[in-house]
Amino acid sequence: MPDAFPNAVFVARSLTKIYRMGEVEVQALRGIDLTLYRGELVVLLGPSGSGKSTLLNILGGLDVPSGGEVYYLDHKLTGASEADLTRFRREHVGFVFQFYNLIPSLTARENVAAVTEISSAPMRPEDALGLVGLGNRLDHFPAQLSGGEQQRVAIARAVAKNPAVLLCDEPTGALDSATGVVVLEVLEKVNRELGTLTVLITHNAGIADMADRVIRLSDGRIADIHENAAKKPARELAW
Amino acid sequence: MNALDRKLFRDLWHMRGQVVAIAAVIMGGVATMVMSLSTYDSLVGTRDRFYGEYRLADVFAGLKRAPEPVAERLAALPGVERLETRVRAGVKLEVAGFSDPITGLILSLPDVGEAQLNRLYFKRGRTVQPWSTDEVVVSDTFADAHHLQPGDTLAAIIHGKRKTLTIVGVAVSPEYVYQIAPGAMFPDFKRYGVLWMARNALGIAYDMKGAFNQVSLTLARDANEQDVIDRVDAILADYGGTGSYGRKDQFSNRFLSEELKQLRTMATIFPAIFLGVAAFLLNVVLSRLIALQREQIAILKAFGYSYAAIGTHYVKMVLLMALLGVAAGVALGTWFGQGLSHVYSETTFRFPYLDYRLQPGTVLIALAVSALAAVSGTLVSVMRAVRLPPAEGMRPEMPARYRTSLAERLGLQRWLAAPSRMILRHIGRRPLKSLLTVLGIACACGLMMVGNYQKGAIDFMVDVQFRQASREDLALAFIDPTSGRALHELAALPGVDFVEGYRDVPAILRFGQYRHRAALFGIQPEGRLHRSLDSRLKPVAVPSGGVVLTDYLANDILHVKPGDMLTVEVLEGSRPVRQVPVLGITQQYLGVSAYMQKDSVNALMREGNTVTGAYLAVEPGTEPELYARLHDRPRVLGMVANKTAIQSFYATIGEFILFYNLVATVLAGAIGFGVVYNSARIALSERGRELASLRVLGFTRGEIAYILLGELALLTLAAIPVGFLVGVGLVGILVVAFQSELYRLPLILTPENYAMGASVVIVSALLSGLLLWRRLGRLDLVAVLKTRE
Repeated sequence: MPDAFPNAVFVARSLTKIYRMGEVEVQALRGIDLTLYRGELVVLLGPSGSGKSTLLNILGGLDVPSGGEVYYLDHKLTGASEADLTRFRREHVGFVFQFYNLIPSLTARENVAAVTEISSAPMRPEDALGLVGLGNRLDHFPAQLSGGEQQRVAIARAVAKNPAVLLCDEPTGALDSATGVVVLEVLEKVNRELGTLTVLITHNAGIADMADRVIRLSDGRIADIHENAAKKPARELAW
Repeated sequence: MNALDRKLFRDLWHMRGQVVAIAAVIMGGVATMVMSLSTYDSLVGTRDRFYGEYRLADVFAGLKRAPEPVAERLAALPGVERLETRVRAGVKLEVAGFSDPITGLILSLPDVGEAQLNRLYFKRGRTVQPWSTDEVVVSDTFADAHHLQPGDTLAAIIHGKRKTLTIVGVAVSPEYVYQIAPGAMFPDFKRYGVLWMARNALGIAYDMKGAFNQVSLTLARDANEQDVIDRVDAILADYGGTGSYGRKDQFSNRFLSEELKQLRTMATIFPAIFLGVAAFLLNVVLSRLIALQREQIAILKAFGYSYAAIGTHYVKMVLLMALLGVAAGVALGTWFGQGLSHVYSETTFRFPYLDYRLQPGTVLIALAVSALAAVSGTLVSVMRAVRLPPAEGMRPEMPARYRTSLAERLGLQRWLAAPSRMILRHIGRRPLKSLLTVLGIACACGLMMVGNYQKGAIDFMVDVQFRQASREDLALAFIDPTSGRALHELAALPGVDFVEGYRDVPAILRFGQYRHRAALFGIQPEGRLHRSLDSRLKPVAVPSGGVVLTDYLANDILHVKPGDMLTVEVLEGSRPVRQVPVLGITQQYLGVSAYMQKDSVNALMREGNTVTGAYLAVEPGTEPELYARLHDRPRVLGMVANKTAIQSFYATIGEFILFYNLVATVLAGAIGFGVVYNSARIALSERGRELASLRVLGFTRGEIAYILLGELALLTLAAIPVGFLVGVGLVGILVVAFQSELYRLPLILTPENYAMGASVVIVSALLSGLLLWRRLGRLDLVAVLKTRE
């Protein structure tokens, strides 16, 4: 199937996901068909409960769908073993979380190194931190960094392994708007300079303007896919 | 049930693994305490009841021979309530199918009326018929050892004449709860027996018709024991009295008291150590557990719950865990205690019945100590959490402050990958917490060493006693003091390699207000078989003209040092009183002794070359024939074979020690596992989010396990040497607390002790690691992205 889409990174077909919470079934995804391409910046937009995080987690190999298929390049993710999914995340996926999830006992440089040490063709941790504008804070521990700086370290950590895809779940969710913009600029720069497919989850419509494509989710379905003819630079965003 | 209480039970159920591990720690401490104290209380209670119901005499006196009318003079003495005379005959016994030498004691039972004192409890059969000539009652230990039943016969050599006796009953006497042959170190139920016979028949056989050689009496209500003893001795002096003595010096009671004293020490020291360590661990574990509840506490405060309500909530939570542990500990301790009491009463002491009792006070102490430890550990953490404003408590905790570890500052960082650095920095960030974890694990290691220490110590004691000091194969006693020429006859017997004579006299040793009743032992100054040892356990010659005392006798009983003059009141013959200088101290773990040169004792007694017994080295394989020949010699009375003494020792004491070791091992293991598992489990709670983040970033389960378990492994390894120190310290306390007249434990730790201590920690760590490994497989990777801590 991937051959049908030469530039596709992810191809998802008829994805469904049902959570069983006790006796209640929650249908998080109700049949998603989606293709994501090399180098694009995609924003997944939707209210909470719309299924966007579930979709991101399935793409990132953190969760498995109840039905349907997902391909990463020519690898089929559905049905892969736990060890294969771990290797997939390790080699191809960069994650950025809402709450940074840095290792408090490691410095900025070491947080990045923790990932580069286990990947096959990483950049130097110093270069990754330079890319996010933290070349002068290499040896600071998380406790010595502001929230925005911590998130930039997290981005550096995510991109340092030269991943094919960068998955960001509400990366500005815990930040004020000025700091959030700085973080988004970094993501924009990474996407532009490294050509990494970047998927960004938000419920903040203001952010959608920086995307190549905006995918709206609602109630477990894709409600609308919209291509920005002229995307705005991150620094012009406000919310 | 209100919402908080429901939360309480849900939380407890949710962390049931940890609850069980914490309860196991408490259970270990409480069970040790309940077992030891209830065993002690039971044995003391049983002893008191048995002594009372079967009228153990208050004062005993031995003498050569007095005509029966003297008894009336004794009974009329002021302070005497009830008095009974007996014939007491040392005999040799023969049991069909058993060729080893057996020595025994036959005591008379009155032909007229029932015995008034030292009455017998019959387990089987009946008492002897008055005026019967060949009926005998045997002690239950001897009967059991030889499977003797009423109706069986055995032979006794009384006063040189062989007499066949028919067993009519098997009995237990309050006078012989602890049965041990004179001169032996340990009880040997096969080779020593106590029998009872009708007075007239025994009198005839032992040449004591119309006479007696033993007196027992009870004291009137407010009589002074020493006054009565002095008056009795004054009368018996003309009849070869060997000095009367109270219950305190009565052989069986003295051993029983010493053993009970040991047991009480054990019942205090062991539980204090176990419960103390358990309390410490509980405190550490719970304070960390509660610290994890920081956010929940903030939310409860935000809802408007008062500090008191929140405090009560957590106190209830830990009290429930403590209660669970105490309940399990009491149940297990009671079970062990019943087992231990029975081991005691079936191997060492013979009581006709056993009143097992568990005093409510014991349970209350256990409950109080556990509750106090649990609550204090909890309150400190709850207070800390409660002091935070709710908003701050609910906000994600600031990233913890870390710094580079010492190893890295020393320039080792290039050797350390990020996971290793995380381990070192995590340990270094909370050094106190890491230290407490190390100490907790070390305590478990130390406890294990204490539990296993006794066996090695006893092996060492026995080795010193029987391979260094008492190296004879056979020790024998003559009926009366005998000319030293008798030794030549012994040396000429086939199979005898070497003979050393000894001369012992019963005596009271006095120094200032201190006194001790013991035998003064005259041995060959440079004996090859029986030797005295210096503090380095090297044999030393006993110097001429003075006495050498066992260290414990000199330091702790008589308080004398070399150079002091000791007053020796001999209780034999003309009963001379002499001043004898203390010339040295000898190291001895079993019993206490006063040694002199044999010639010096002869000089003290103003007698020629006289011996009361001999030590023999025997050619292996010749024993049966030699025993038979010695058996036929009327002057040879007691025979104690060393090898059989050691064997019987292991058969009796060994069973008790094995039982105690087993229990201590199980409990120390429970405590060890409880600590290690909780430390690891809490570490997982504290770092679960961090580890899940790493999993998301592509770390494998093995890689994150390295971070978590690497820390556990490092702390465990650090704890082992500390644990060895703790173990040595605890054993040191035990050694000091256990010093008694019966034995002093040497401070000897074998490699096995260390190995056991280390292995309980390592096995606990491996097991905990395995359980954590499974938990790491179930880390929720999705949740970690959405939630703060």
